[in-house]
Amino acid sequence: MIEIISAGRCVECDICVKVCPANVFDTTDGLPVIARQDDCQTCYLCEIYCPTDALYVAEQADGPTGITEAEVEDRGLFGVYTRALGWRRGKPGGSELDTTHYLRVAQV
Amino acid sequence: MPKLNNSSDPLALQTDVLILGGGPAGAWAALAAAEAGARVVLADKGYLGTSGATAPSNTGTWCVAPGENRQQNVDQRWQRTSGLGDKRWMLRSVDRTYENLLKLAEWGYPFPHDEDGKLYIANLRGPDYMAFMRRRVLRAGVTVLDHHPALELYSDGDAITGAAGLDRQRNRDWRVDAKAVVLATGGCAFGERILGGSTLTGDGYLMAAEAGASLSGMEFTGKYTLAPHGSSLNKGLPFRWATFYREDGTPILDSTGAPLSNGIGEREKEIVNAMIEAPVFAKLDMADPALQGWLRQGQPNCFTPYDRMGVDPFSDLFRVTFKAEGTVRGTGGIRVATSDCGTDVVGLYVAGDAASREHLTGAVSGGGAVNSSWAIASGWWSGQGAADYAKHQESRRFGAISRPLGEAGLRPASSLKTGLTPKDVIESVRAEVIPLDKNYYRNGTGLLASRDRVEAVWRDVRDHLSAEGLDRVRSREAASIVASGRWSLTAALARQESRGMHRRTDFKASNDALTRNIILTGVDSIRVSGETESRKDLAS
Repeated sequence: MIEIISAGRCVECDICVKVCPANVFDTTDGLPVIARQDDCQTCYLCEIYCPTDALYVAEQADGPTGITEAEVEDRGLFGVYTRALGWRRGKPGGSELDTTHYLRVAQV
Repeated sequence: MPKLNNSSDPLALQTDVLILGGGPAGAWAALAAAEAGARVVLADKGYLGTSGATAPSNTGTWCVAPGENRQQNVDQRWQRTSGLGDKRWMLRSVDRTYENLLKLAEWGYPFPHDEDGKLYIANLRGPDYMAFMRRRVLRAGVTVLDHHPALELYSDGDAITGAAGLDRQRNRDWRVDAKAVVLATGGCAFGERILGGSTLTGDGYLMAAEAGASLSGMEFTGKYTLAPHGSSLNKGLPFRWATFYREDGTPILDSTGAPLSNGIGEREKEIVNAMIEAPVFAKLDMADPALQGWLRQGQPNCFTPYDRMGVDPFSDLFRVTFKAEGTVRGTGGIRVATSDCGTDVVGLYVAGDAASREHLTGAVSGGGAVNSSWAIASGWWSGQGAADYAKHQESRRFGAISRPLGEAGLRPASSLKTGLTPKDVIESVRAEVIPLDKNYYRNGTGLLASRDRVEAVWRDVRDHLSAEGLDRVRSREAASIVASGRWSLTAALARQESRGMHRRTDFKASNDALTRNIILTGVDSIRVSGETESRKDLAS
């Protein structure tokens, strides 16, 4: 589930508040906050909509892992899914390079 | 940054067509209704573009071009529906889906090309698809209300006249008077932490049933999909190339004594059997380097858990689990009564996973292709149907004589009970409808015991669960989940046979006399009936 909003990366655009389908975030006068962490469905969509790769969703869906921002930074995990998709600065991209049709042929 | 207003003034709108739900079905319904000239409001619990089971994922469609032996393709697919499919619906859904996929291409959705350089339109990447649909819906002039969960429908006694809910980011009520309402609220995931699961709580089923609509196929909730243990990634495709082990690395053997591999399709049951005994581990070591590349590039969401855990799934063992998928990849839902996706209730339409998909996919899952095509086709038809109906209601007056229909979770039959929380309610239901040994394999004794326990929870909810303000969303979700669980168990008891994903250990064979839909009507008192003839009113 969502665990980290990086204060160093976040530009307070509040897009995560808007796009999270589970309404996990709240706005404040400064950085958005993770207000309802347990509602997170671990869909990673906030990460790809974030224009500055400031969010980190850990892979465990049932509860937080306690991973630190420093570890996420060290392991290069900020924005890793966004880059894999080909999205940039919160905008779609890369679907034209989807290779799933090869998998459909191979799965039979 | 400014804070959101905390206005308590309710939002009141009037429109021709109100669509509840912002996944693909709701988006297509909005486009079709707007194209037919209707004023359209779309209210979503979350955000049109990220809500639902499609947006976080990557989905194939059931896509057959004209001239590619469509009828033959339908005939083949029909064989898999265990007799419950309706070939006319299947054929027209394939046709409508293809037309709409071509529209997507014309509108500029960035489809990939296949190895022959042809545009490949049979697959949609969830985040991109739904971001694209959002832009189209807004461009069509639809009023989109994000973070506006619906709580209940309104009726004037003859027809549905709108809905009301909560603007959860501004903490104010909303009410939309509408000449027709489309329910595109998705299926019920019973609180399972799967992609899209947090918003898929069966709200539409409860709202529809309160209005008098019937449900069909609610027993078909026995679909599970493999996922890395603890993750949300209920995506089966990579497990096509998996082999399966115990924790110490010993290969798990199938019933013929061969090592278990390929976790989708026929072998699924063997993996379930192994998992009921002890934890199961896997690696995707049947994928050669080319396939590994295609998997990573084509299904990047599937690799988020491994990359974050620091596991190489192609060589390292990792623990797997089966995620329950309720009616999301199950097939039950609101009964479709007319060719334009009308329900049994005047002015109420249904699309996507909120609807029963038995007529397309029968007793087997429509996950992966059929459901996404159904969302496109049923969205389109329901939007058109609702817009056409609205046109004939020019003289309908709003307001005065309409009354709200919501009961459980909103207006309890008696006093409040302290200590009854939505979270506990959902956990009690989950204990009956999630475990593999209760729900993957079913038997009469177990189903009866589960039904009785869920019945007790239901009575508690009906009589005592209520909330104020924003908490109404959660109490209503809990009521919808317990109602859905109760319908599922009731239908599972009524189907005294095994068919598709409904596996009864006390009735292992299927019974020809039960090659029919099990239809449920009513919320508190449930009437069970069967439909032997297929729908007669299909126009096209």
